[in-house]
Parts: sequence; structure tokens; C-alpha cells
Amino acid sequence: MSTETVKMKSIWYVVGLLLLIIGGLVLLGGILNLISPPEHKTVLANLRPDLWWGGIIVVFGGILFFSHRNSH
Amino acid sequence: MVTINLGVIDWLVIATYFAFVIGLGFYLKRFTKSEEDFFLAGRKNSSWVAGLAFLSANLGALELLGMTGNTFKYGMYVAHFYWIGAIPAMLFLGVYMMPFYYSSRIKSVPGYLKLRFDERTRVLNGIAFAVMTLLVSGINLYAMALVLHTFLGWHWDASMWASAATVAVYVTMSGLMSAIFTEIIQFFLIWFGLFLVSIMGVIEIGSVKEVFARIPEAYNTLWSTSADPSQNGMLITWGGIVLGLGFVLSFGYWTTDFLVVQRAFSAKDLRSARMTPILASFFKMAVPFIVIIAGLVALVLAKDPNSGFALLQDGGQINYDSALPMLIARYYPQGLVGLGVTALLAGFMAGQAGNISAFNTVWTYDIYKSVINKNASDTHLLWMGRVATIGGILLSIVTAYWAKSFPSIMDYMQAIFSWVNAPLFATMLLGMFVWWITPAGAFWGLLAGMGSSVVMFLASKFNWVSSSAIAMSPQASDMAVNFWRAWWAWAICFGTTVLISLSTKPKPQEELRGLVIGLTPEADTANVPFTKRPEFFALISLIVLVLLNVYFW
Repeated sequence: MSTETVKMKSIWYVVGLLLLIIGGLVLLGGILNLISPPEHKTVLANLRPDLWWGGIIVVFGGILFFSHRNSH
Repeated sequence: MVTINLGVIDWLVIATYFAFVIGLGFYLKRFTKSEEDFFLAGRKNSSWVAGLAFLSANLGALELLGMTGNTFKYGMYVAHFYWIGAIPAMLFLGVYMMPFYYSSRIKSVPGYLKLRFDERTRVLNGIAFAVMTLLVSGINLYAMALVLHTFLGWHWDASMWASAATVAVYVTMSGLMSAIFTEIIQFFLIWFGLFLVSIMGVIEIGSVKEVFARIPEAYNTLWSTSADPSQNGMLITWGGIVLGLGFVLSFGYWTTDFLVVQRAFSAKDLRSARMTPILASFFKMAVPFIVIIAGLVALVLAKDPNSGFALLQDGGQINYDSALPMLIARYYPQGLVGLGVTALLAGFMAGQAGNISAFNTVWTYDIYKSVINKNASDTHLLWMGRVATIGGILLSIVTAYWAKSFPSIMDYMQAIFSWVNAPLFATMLLGMFVWWITPAGAFWGLLAGMGSSVVMFLASKFNWVSSSAIAMSPQASDMAVNFWRAWWAWAICFGTTVLISLSTKPKPQEELRGLVIGLTPEADTANVPFTKRPEFFALISLIVLVLLNVYFW
């Protein structure tokens, strides 16, 4: 395919995709820690920061990704 | 000492980041067809993209670790680096200097010196900048390997070579374009990866008010203890902060350092270029919510014997740079640790990519094309840019090994900026605002400023002259001496340039149109409402700056 016909994806789309994947992994880590609590607990682990912070990253990444999926 | 253990999810997060940035390099190569694409990202970025890249080029991991550690050591005064030590200079660049830079269609800051003065001033600055960039890039690489080795137990050589190779791949592929993409990714990773440290710290201690209440006054105010240097953690007066940091070091860095200014050159038009540093100023003012709050939280926890928190010690000395990694280890469970480490890695690698992309531009245009091959074609310059990228990375690795065998080189890092940027700011200021400044005045003034800064550094380092003489205070921290040395270097460059210009011949005024204020027609903005002009956003930024300083007075 010639590069003249291909337009570069928007940087916001790229950032959104990466945050979606990384946020998803953090959220997955949070779920795993909930199901099988680690031996060594971090300070304030009871607040489950991996769950809600991972969720925030997924939502933010998702907004960027889906709102810029057609922009270049 | 290994303080952070990584699990499978953490490794997946790190691997995702590496795969992403290498993939981006390959993807963007398809769109890198000309030397302008490679060196200036095609000059098609919006002010948001250029603005975030402008800020991120400065927001390296070395800065994050160092400033959090400095806050532990010096207290709230470190916020001056982000507020008075950055914002006025960024706004000055956007409002007053960018029209000269952008409209003259130069490809680098030394390129402006060639147009305004002559080739020798350009080459002098080009060489000084190239050496500084490689030194900083190598020290950055060394620091990254040291951090990964200390906190994660990674092999020193392997982590350094892996990250250097990754940067080499994506910068060689598409130059500034991939550097800017990764810088924006880094911006979001740093906020999502590290801001949570401050949030968790404040939750543990109770509130921001409680954090401030539990540290001494010398550490929790911004200006009220600045009249007497013995009353504040940085041992400095307000004069040193305003003249050394707020004026010379800050303006020298933010308005002349090509590493950051290059991002504004990539903007699609003059308005976007002017808005680049102005938009970045708002985000810059927010960075203390990561580094200062985290540093203060570490300070409070370290003073509380029941917290179980302490910084690492190296040979009996406190390792202040360990504050942020120790907080990550304290609060982050599996998954989040990987994100925190990825944020630091992204900061290191984007910082190195920024230095290398600035180096390859200055090398190619201001040294290679200017001195070695004046008739090089555009295609040849694109090839040379890629060769310079590989060469720059290899030289950075050599510098990193040098730093490993000579650790005190880290002390030189802050000093390097006062050698190159502080005098250059005097040259630029006079060049842009005074038409009768001559090429001879600029060249000898710049040489005198740079030379005097190096001599002052060596004189205080080897006790030829007392540091208190440079800082004009019997009590002065290393930081205070840095600020004052920058001020003197600037003043010597300024004075020498003016004196020599008074007795030598200036360039004809017709050759200075578009380069000097008063000889350049003002942009026609009569039909643009004030609320849409860069000056309006700069005014808002300035008001926020004043409010922050008053609130934390």
C-alpha cells in the first residue's frame, strides 16, 4: 500500500491504546491480588489502589482510544 | 540492595511499553520521507502535541528522582524550580522570543546565531551544545542503569544496553517524530505511574494540611524564610532564587536550550509555536503535585519512628534519590509496581531520546553542514541525521561508562547548564532586543561567559576561591552556589558583549529584519480577539503562578 494513501494515526489514539492495555493489566493484577492476596502486603493495601487506579487508567485510555480511532 | 520485587503482571506492563515504542519507530518510519520530517517532525504538530512534548523533554526520570530527593533534603524551596524557576521564562519564550525563532525558519537555536551574528558564534554554541547533550545523555543512561540495578537488582550492563538499543532503534527510524510520540506517552505514564504515590502518601498521613503541619517551617514555606539563608533548608536568599534561578538559569534553559525549544519548532504555524511553551507552563506548574508532595511525604514518614520508612544509605550517606522508589515499594502492589517502574523507564528513555534527537540536528546542521560538508543534499543530511543518532548513542554509552568509573561526574550535571545555557541567554537576549550588538561582541562575550563559568566552577571545586565569595553569603549550599555562578556567567557575557559591541561594527539593519525587535514588522493580530491570543493564555498562567506563590508563601 502506498504511503501517500495511508494517513498517520493520531498520537492520542496511540496513547489511548497503550493506556487501555496497561490499565487493563493493572486492573487484572488488582483482581488477582483480590482473589489470592499476596504474602507481603503493601501499606494501605486494604484500599485496593490497583483496582480503582487501574480502572481509572482503563476509562481514560478508552476515552482517548475510541474518540480518536478515526482521527489522523 | 533489591527493594522492589516484580511479578508476572509487572513484567507484562514493562514488556508492553518496550514493544510499543519499538513498534512506533517502525510505524512512523513510513511517514519520515524528508530531512524536515526527521529533524522537525514535518512541522505539522498542534500546540497541544508540541506543548506536552516541550514539557516532557524536561520531565526525565533523573529529574523526578532528583527533585523528590531534593525536596526531602531542601523542603518546599524545590518548588521554585517549577514555578518562578520555569514559568516566567516559558511565557517569555512564547510571547516575545518565539516569533523570531519560528519566523526565521531556522532548524536549530545555533542556526539563529548564524543569521543574527555569524558562523563562528553558531559553531561555538553548536559544539558546546553537542558536548553538553552527549554528557547529559550519558549521565542519564548511567543513572538509569544505577537505579535499575539498585532497586530492581537488574544487571547494570544489560539494562543500559537494552534501553540504549531501544532508543537507537526508534530515533534512527523517524527522528524527532518518534521522540515526540514517546515523550507524550511518557507524560501520561509519569502521571498515571507516579501521581498515585502522592495520593497514597497523603491518605496515609491524613491530609495535605497534616503533611505541612508535621515538617519544620524551614521546609514548608516558599518565600517567608528567604530573607535569612540560615532559616531555610536550601540556605539561600530570595536574591539568589530570583536572579540565579528565576532569571538566569531558568531563562537560559527554557528559552535557549535546543532540547526543549526544538519541540516548539515542530509546530504547524506561528500561533501554535507560541502557544507551545504557554500550554506547557500550566502542566509544569502541576508537576510539584508529584515530586514535592512525594518528597514531603517521605520527609514526614522518615521522621516518624513508627512508620518503618527510611531512605537507603550508601556508605553511611543518605541516598536522597531513593525517596521515590522507596515510596513506590511502600504503596504499590503487583501490577502497579510494573507501572511505576515503566514510568521511570519511560522518563529515562524519553529523556535520552530527546537529547539524541537534539544532538543529531545540531550535529547535522550546525557542525557537519556548516563546517564539514557545506554542499550536502537534503537526502545526504537525512542519512547523516541517522548516522549521528547511532553515533550519539554510542558516545552516550562511552560517557555512561566514564560516569560509572567516576561517580562524582553526577555533581557536574547541574553545573553543565550554567556553563552553556546561562551565558547563551545573555547573547540571545541582546541579539533579539538590541540591533547594534555586533558579531564580534556576541562571539567574545559568549566565550568569556562560558569560560568564566567553568573557571568559577573549578575555583570553588578545588578551593582556589571560597564558595561563599561566589554566593556572597557565608552560608551557601551547593545549589545556592550554582545559582550565583550562573548569574555571574550571565553578567560577564552580557557586559563583555556590550563593551565589545560598542567598539566594533554591527551588521547592516537590512540584514537583521525578522531577527531583531524594532526591525521586524509585528504580526497582524488586530482582528484576533484578545481572549484567543497567546498573550491572554500567558496572562492566565502568570496569575496562577502568583496565586500559587501567595498560597504557599
